[in-house]
Amino acid sequence: MADVLERVTKIIVDRLGVEESQVNLEASFKDDLGADSLDVVELVMELEDEFSMEISDDDAEKIGTVGDAVNYINGKM
Amino acid sequence: MKLHGKAVLVTGASRGIGREIALELAREGADIAVNYSGSEQRAIETAEEIKRMGRQAIVVKADVSDASDVEKMVKDTIQAFGKLDILVNNAGITRDNLLMRMKESDWDDVMNINLKGVFLCTKAVTRQMMKQRSGRIINISSIVGVMGNAGQANYVAAKAGVIGLTKTAAKELASRGITVNAIAPGFITTDMTDKLPDEVKEGMLKTIPLARLGEPSDIAKTVLFLASEDSRYITGQTLHVDGGMVM
Repeated sequence: MADVLERVTKIIVDRLGVEESQVNLEASFKDDLGADSLDVVELVMELEDEFSMEISDDDAEKIGTVGDAVNYINGKM
Repeated sequence: MKLHGKAVLVTGASRGIGREIALELAREGADIAVNYSGSEQRAIETAEEIKRMGRQAIVVKADVSDASDVEKMVKDTIQAFGKLDILVNNAGITRDNLLMRMKESDWDDVMNINLKGVFLCTKAVTRQMMKQRSGRIINISSIVGVMGNAGQANYVAAKAGVIGLTKTAAKELASRGITVNAIAPGFITTDMTDKLPDEVKEGMLKTIPLARLGEPSDIAKTVLFLASEDSRYITGQTLHVDGGMVM
Protein backbone atom coordinates (compact mmCIF):
# COMPACT_ATOMS: atom_id res chain seq x y z
CA MET A 1 0.00 0.00 0.00
CA ALA A 2 2.67 2.46 1.01
CA ASP A 3 4.64 1.63 -2.07
CA VAL A 4 1.69 2.26 -4.38
CA LEU A 5 0.90 5.54 -2.62
CA GLU A 6 4.52 6.58 -2.88
CA ARG A 7 4.67 5.92 -6.61
CA VAL A 8 1.29 7.57 -7.22
CA THR A 9 2.36 10.58 -5.17
CA LYS A 10 5.54 11.00 -7.18
CA ILE A 11 3.58 11.04 -10.45
CA ILE A 12 1.10 13.57 -9.08
CA VAL A 13 3.86 15.86 -7.81
CA ASP A 14 5.67 15.69 -11.17
CA ARG A 15 2.57 16.14 -13.28
CA LEU A 16 0.61 18.72 -11.33
CA GLY A 17 3.48 20.62 -9.78
CA VAL A 18 2.05 20.39 -6.25
CA GLU A 19 3.87 19.88 -2.95
CA GLU A 20 4.19 16.33 -1.67
CA SER A 21 2.53 17.43 1.57
CA GLN A 22 -0.66 18.32 -0.35
CA VAL A 23 -1.05 14.78 -1.64
CA ASN A 24 -3.08 12.61 0.73
CA LEU A 25 -5.68 9.91 0.19
CA GLU A 26 -8.61 12.31 0.56
CA ALA A 27 -7.24 14.89 -1.88
CA SER A 28 -9.40 15.43 -4.95
CA PHE A 29 -7.42 15.90 -8.17
CA LYS A 30 -9.68 18.66 -9.41
CA ASP A 31 -10.75 20.40 -6.18
CA ASP A 32 -7.60 20.13 -4.08
CA LEU A 33 -4.74 19.61 -6.51
CA GLY A 34 -5.74 22.04 -9.25
CA ALA A 35 -6.06 19.50 -12.05
CA ASP A 36 -8.36 20.08 -15.01
CA SER A 37 -10.16 17.24 -16.83
CA LEU A 38 -7.32 16.75 -19.27
CA ASP A 39 -4.77 16.61 -16.43
CA VAL A 40 -6.75 13.77 -14.87
CA VAL A 41 -6.80 11.90 -18.20
CA GLU A 42 -3.04 12.31 -18.42
CA LEU A 43 -2.52 11.18 -14.83
CA VAL A 44 -4.51 8.04 -15.53
CA MET A 45 -2.38 7.43 -18.63
CA GLU A 46 0.78 7.73 -16.57
CA LEU A 47 -0.58 5.44 -13.88
CA GLU A 48 -1.30 2.88 -16.60
CA ASP A 49 2.31 3.05 -17.72
CA GLU A 50 3.77 3.10 -14.21
CA PHE A 51 1.79 0.07 -13.06
CA SER A 52 1.61 -1.70 -16.45
CA MET A 53 -2.16 -1.95 -16.42
CA GLU A 54 -5.04 -0.80 -18.56
CA ILE A 55 -7.65 1.39 -16.90
CA SER A 56 -10.89 1.44 -18.89
CA ASP A 57 -12.64 4.73 -19.62
CA ASP A 58 -15.50 3.71 -17.32
CA ASP A 59 -13.14 2.97 -14.44
CA ALA A 60 -11.09 6.08 -15.09
CA GLU A 61 -14.17 8.26 -14.72
CA LYS A 62 -14.62 6.99 -11.18
CA ILE A 63 -11.15 8.05 -10.10
CA GLY A 64 -11.57 11.43 -8.45
CA THR A 65 -9.23 11.37 -5.47
CA VAL A 66 -5.75 10.09 -4.72
CA GLY A 67 -7.36 7.37 -2.58
CA ASP A 68 -9.55 6.26 -5.52
CA ALA A 69 -6.45 5.82 -7.62
CA VAL A 70 -4.50 3.95 -4.94
CA ASN A 71 -7.43 1.65 -4.14
CA TYR A 72 -8.03 0.94 -7.80
CA ILE A 73 -4.40 0.04 -8.39
CA ASN A 74 -4.20 -2.11 -5.26
CA GLY A 75 -7.36 -3.92 -6.36
CA LYS A 76 -5.80 -4.75 -9.71
CA MET A 77 -2.41 -5.87 -8.48
CA MET B 1 12.60 19.27 -46.19
CA LYS B 2 9.77 20.41 -43.96
CA LEU B 3 8.83 17.11 -42.34
CA HIS B 4 12.16 15.34 -41.94
CA GLY B 5 11.77 12.30 -39.68
CA LYS B 6 8.09 12.90 -38.90
CA ALA B 7 5.78 9.90 -38.52
CA VAL B 8 2.47 10.25 -40.34
CA LEU B 9 -0.73 8.24 -40.62
CA VAL B 10 -2.94 8.99 -43.63
CA THR B 11 -6.34 7.27 -43.77
CA GLY B 12 -7.71 6.30 -47.16
CA ALA B 13 -4.27 6.73 -48.70
CA SER B 14 -4.38 4.07 -51.41
CA ARG B 15 -5.82 6.37 -54.05
CA GLY B 16 -7.22 9.77 -54.94
CA ILE B 17 -6.47 12.74 -52.72
CA GLY B 18 -5.18 10.54 -49.86
CA ARG B 19 -2.53 8.98 -52.06
CA GLU B 20 -1.37 12.40 -53.22
CA ILE B 21 -1.19 13.60 -49.60
CA ALA B 22 0.89 10.57 -48.58
CA LEU B 23 3.33 11.12 -51.45
CA GLU B 24 3.63 14.87 -50.86
CA LEU B 25 4.42 14.45 -47.15
CA ALA B 26 6.92 11.69 -47.95
CA ARG B 27 8.66 13.99 -50.46
CA GLU B 28 9.17 16.39 -47.54
CA GLY B 29 10.85 13.71 -45.46
CA ALA B 30 8.04 12.01 -43.54
CA ASP B 31 7.58 8.29 -42.93
CA ILE B 32 4.06 7.22 -43.81
CA ALA B 33 1.53 4.63 -42.65
CA VAL B 34 -0.72 4.08 -45.67
CA ASN B 35 -4.18 3.08 -44.48
CA TYR B 36 -6.67 1.39 -46.82
CA SER B 37 -9.81 -0.65 -46.43
CA GLY B 38 -10.42 -2.18 -49.85
CA SER B 39 -7.69 -1.39 -52.36
CA GLU B 40 -4.78 -3.40 -51.00
CA GLN B 41 -2.83 -3.51 -54.27
CA ARG B 42 -2.98 0.26 -54.70
CA ALA B 43 -2.02 0.81 -51.07
CA ILE B 44 1.05 -1.37 -51.60
CA GLU B 45 1.91 0.62 -54.74
CA THR B 46 1.67 3.87 -52.79
CA ALA B 47 3.92 2.46 -50.06
CA GLU B 48 6.44 1.20 -52.63
CA GLU B 49 6.60 4.64 -54.20
CA ILE B 50 7.28 6.17 -50.78
CA LYS B 51 10.05 3.65 -50.09
CA ARG B 52 11.68 4.54 -53.41
CA MET B 53 12.03 8.08 -52.03
CA GLY B 54 14.11 6.60 -49.22
CA ARG B 55 11.40 6.96 -46.61
CA GLN B 56 9.78 4.28 -44.47
CA ALA B 57 6.26 3.16 -45.30
CA ILE B 58 3.85 0.56 -44.00
CA VAL B 59 0.40 -0.41 -45.23
CA VAL B 60 -2.32 -0.84 -42.61
CA LYS B 61 -5.75 -2.25 -43.38
CA ALA B 62 -8.48 -0.79 -41.21
CA ASP B 63 -12.11 0.20 -41.43
CA VAL B 64 -12.03 3.65 -39.81
CA SER B 65 -15.58 3.23 -38.51
CA ASP B 66 -14.51 0.23 -36.41
CA ALA B 67 -12.97 1.17 -33.06
CA SER B 68 -10.88 -1.98 -32.63
CA ASP B 69 -9.56 -1.74 -36.22
CA VAL B 70 -8.60 1.88 -35.57
CA GLU B 71 -6.84 1.12 -32.29
CA LYS B 72 -4.83 -1.62 -33.93
CA MET B 73 -3.93 0.63 -36.85
CA VAL B 74 -2.61 3.33 -34.54
CA LYS B 75 -0.73 0.79 -32.44
CA ASP B 76 0.89 -0.73 -35.54
CA THR B 77 1.91 2.72 -36.77
CA ILE B 78 3.50 3.69 -33.46
CA GLN B 79 5.24 0.33 -33.29
CA ALA B 80 6.67 0.80 -36.78
CA PHE B 81 7.87 4.39 -36.38
CA GLY B 82 8.28 4.68 -32.59
CA LYS B 83 6.01 7.75 -32.50
CA LEU B 84 3.17 9.49 -34.32
CA ASP B 85 3.43 13.17 -35.22
CA ILE B 86 0.73 13.76 -37.80
CA LEU B 87 -2.69 12.25 -38.50
CA VAL B 88 -4.51 13.02 -41.73
CA ASN B 89 -8.16 11.98 -41.60
CA ASN B 90 -8.89 11.61 -45.27
CA ALA B 91 -10.88 8.36 -45.68
CA GLY B 92 -14.36 8.97 -46.99
CA ILE B 93 -17.15 7.63 -49.16
CA THR B 94 -20.20 8.98 -50.97
CA ARG B 95 -23.68 7.48 -51.24
CA ASP B 96 -25.45 10.30 -53.05
CA ASN B 97 -29.18 10.58 -53.49
CA LEU B 98 -31.98 13.04 -53.02
CA LEU B 99 -33.25 13.22 -49.47
CA MET B 100 -36.50 11.56 -50.43
CA ARG B 101 -34.68 8.66 -52.06
CA MET B 102 -31.87 8.27 -49.54
CA LYS B 103 -31.87 4.96 -47.69
CA GLU B 104 -31.21 4.88 -43.98
CA SER B 105 -28.23 2.62 -44.67
CA ASP B 106 -26.79 5.24 -47.08
CA TRP B 107 -27.01 7.80 -44.30
CA ASP B 108 -25.45 5.48 -41.72
CA ASP B 109 -22.61 4.28 -43.95
CA VAL B 110 -21.51 7.82 -44.80
CA MET B 111 -21.85 9.06 -41.22
CA ASN B 112 -19.92 6.09 -39.87
CA ILE B 113 -16.96 6.42 -42.18
CA ASN B 114 -16.83 10.17 -42.82
CA LEU B 115 -17.65 11.46 -39.32
CA LYS B 116 -17.41 8.69 -36.73
CA GLY B 117 -14.19 7.56 -38.41
CA VAL B 118 -12.62 10.96 -37.78
CA PHE B 119 -13.69 10.82 -34.14
CA LEU B 120 -12.29 7.31 -33.62
CA CYS B 121 -8.96 8.04 -35.31
CA THR B 122 -8.56 11.34 -33.45
CA LYS B 123 -9.34 9.65 -30.13
CA ALA B 124 -6.89 6.85 -30.84
CA VAL B 125 -3.90 9.10 -31.62
CA THR B 126 -4.55 11.59 -28.83
CA ARG B 127 -2.83 9.53 -26.14
CA GLN B 128 0.44 9.34 -28.04
CA MET B 129 0.36 12.99 -29.09
CA MET B 130 -0.45 14.17 -25.55
CA LYS B 131 2.55 12.25 -24.26
CA GLN B 132 4.73 13.78 -26.96
CA ARG B 133 3.32 17.21 -26.12
CA SER B 134 3.02 17.80 -29.86
CA GLY B 135 0.97 16.65 -32.79
CA ARG B 136 -0.91 17.68 -35.89
CA ILE B 137 -4.35 16.46 -36.84
CA ILE B 138 -5.63 17.44 -40.26
CA ASN B 139 -9.17 16.59 -41.25
CA ILE B 140 -10.33 16.53 -44.84
CA SER B 141 -13.82 18.05 -44.84
CA SER B 142 -15.44 19.44 -47.99
CA ILE B 143 -16.65 22.78 -49.27
CA VAL B 144 -20.14 21.27 -49.48
CA GLY B 145 -20.00 20.90 -45.71
CA VAL B 146 -19.91 24.71 -45.63
CA MET B 147 -22.37 25.54 -48.43
CA GLY B 148 -24.68 22.48 -48.70
CA ASN B 149 -25.26 20.48 -51.86
CA ALA B 150 -28.39 18.93 -53.31
CA GLY B 151 -28.23 15.15 -53.44
CA GLN B 152 -25.62 14.83 -50.69
CA ALA B 153 -27.48 15.26 -47.40
CA ASN B 154 -25.52 12.48 -45.70
CA TYR B 155 -22.13 13.57 -47.05
CA VAL B 156 -22.76 17.25 -46.33
CA ALA B 157 -23.95 16.57 -42.78
CA ALA B 158 -20.89 14.42 -42.10
CA LYS B 159 -18.47 16.97 -43.57
CA ALA B 160 -20.09 19.82 -41.62
CA GLY B 161 -19.78 17.60 -38.55
CA VAL B 162 -16.08 17.24 -39.21
CA ILE B 163 -15.70 21.03 -39.05
CA GLY B 164 -17.39 21.12 -35.62
CA LEU B 165 -15.31 18.19 -34.40
CA THR B 166 -12.17 19.97 -35.62
CA LYS B 167 -12.97 23.07 -33.57
CA THR B 168 -13.74 21.08 -30.42
CA ALA B 169 -10.67 18.86 -30.68
CA ALA B 170 -8.58 21.99 -31.28
CA LYS B 171 -9.87 23.54 -28.05
CA GLU B 172 -9.41 20.37 -26.00
CA LEU B 173 -5.90 19.62 -27.19
CA ALA B 174 -4.33 23.05 -27.68
CA SER B 175 -2.80 23.09 -24.20
CA ARG B 176 -0.89 19.91 -25.07
CA GLY B 177 0.76 21.33 -28.17
CA ILE B 178 -1.56 19.58 -30.59
CA THR B 179 -3.17 21.54 -33.42
CA VAL B 180 -6.29 20.38 -35.23
CA ASN B 181 -7.37 21.91 -38.52
CA ALA B 182 -9.61 21.03 -41.43
CA ILE B 183 -9.39 21.51 -45.16
CA ALA B 184 -12.52 22.00 -47.24
CA PRO B 185 -11.68 21.06 -50.83
CA GLY B 186 -13.88 22.27 -53.67
CA PHE B 187 -14.25 20.29 -56.88
CA ILE B 188 -11.08 18.25 -57.25
CA THR B 189 -10.31 16.06 -60.27
CA THR B 190 -10.45 12.44 -59.12
CA ASP B 191 -11.94 9.21 -60.45
CA MET B 192 -15.22 10.48 -59.02
CA THR B 193 -15.37 13.80 -60.87
CA ASP B 194 -13.92 12.31 -64.08
CA LYS B 195 -17.12 10.34 -64.54
CA LEU B 196 -19.35 13.43 -64.53
CA PRO B 197 -20.93 14.51 -67.85
CA ASP B 198 -19.32 17.51 -69.60
CA GLU B 199 -22.30 19.80 -69.07
CA VAL B 200 -22.17 19.16 -65.33
CA LYS B 201 -18.46 19.99 -65.31
CA GLU B 202 -19.10 23.19 -67.26
CA GLY B 203 -21.81 24.12 -64.77
CA MET B 204 -19.32 23.61 -61.96
CA LEU B 205 -16.69 25.76 -63.63
CA LYS B 206 -19.07 28.72 -63.72
CA THR B 207 -19.19 28.65 -59.92
CA ILE B 208 -15.39 28.67 -59.52
CA PRO B 209 -13.76 32.13 -59.76
CA LEU B 210 -10.37 30.59 -60.58
CA ALA B 211 -12.13 28.81 -63.48
CA ARG B 212 -10.61 25.36 -63.16
CA LEU B 213 -11.17 22.22 -61.15
CA GLY B 214 -8.66 21.63 -58.38
CA GLU B 215 -5.89 19.03 -58.55
CA PRO B 216 -5.23 16.52 -55.74
CA SER B 217 -1.88 18.28 -55.34
CA ASP B 218 -3.69 21.53 -54.43
CA ILE B 219 -5.04 19.70 -51.39
CA ALA B 220 -1.77 17.87 -50.65
CA LYS B 221 0.17 21.16 -50.59
CA THR B 222 -2.30 22.57 -48.08
CA VAL B 223 -1.95 19.48 -45.90
CA LEU B 224 1.81 19.96 -46.03
CA PHE B 225 1.40 23.53 -44.81
CA LEU B 226 -0.84 22.48 -41.91
CA ALA B 227 1.52 19.61 -41.04
CA SER B 228 4.64 21.78 -41.03
CA GLU B 229 6.09 24.26 -38.54
CA ASP B 230 4.95 27.08 -40.83
CA SER B 231 1.39 26.73 -39.49
CA ARG B 232 2.24 26.41 -35.81
CA TYR B 233 0.00 29.32 -34.74
CA ILE B 234 -3.09 28.03 -36.58
CA THR B 235 -5.62 25.73 -34.91
CA GLY B 236 -9.34 25.03 -35.17
CA GLN B 237 -9.53 26.47 -38.66
CA THR B 238 -11.07 25.23 -41.88
CA LEU B 239 -9.13 26.26 -44.98
CA HIS B 240 -11.22 26.48 -48.14
CA VAL B 241 -9.18 25.14 -51.05
CA ASP B 242 -11.81 25.63 -53.70
CA GLY B 243 -10.69 28.19 -56.26
CA GLY B 244 -12.78 30.82 -54.50
CA MET B 245 -16.17 29.08 -54.65
CA VAL B 246 -17.05 30.07 -51.10
CA MET B 247 -15.78 33.34 -49.63
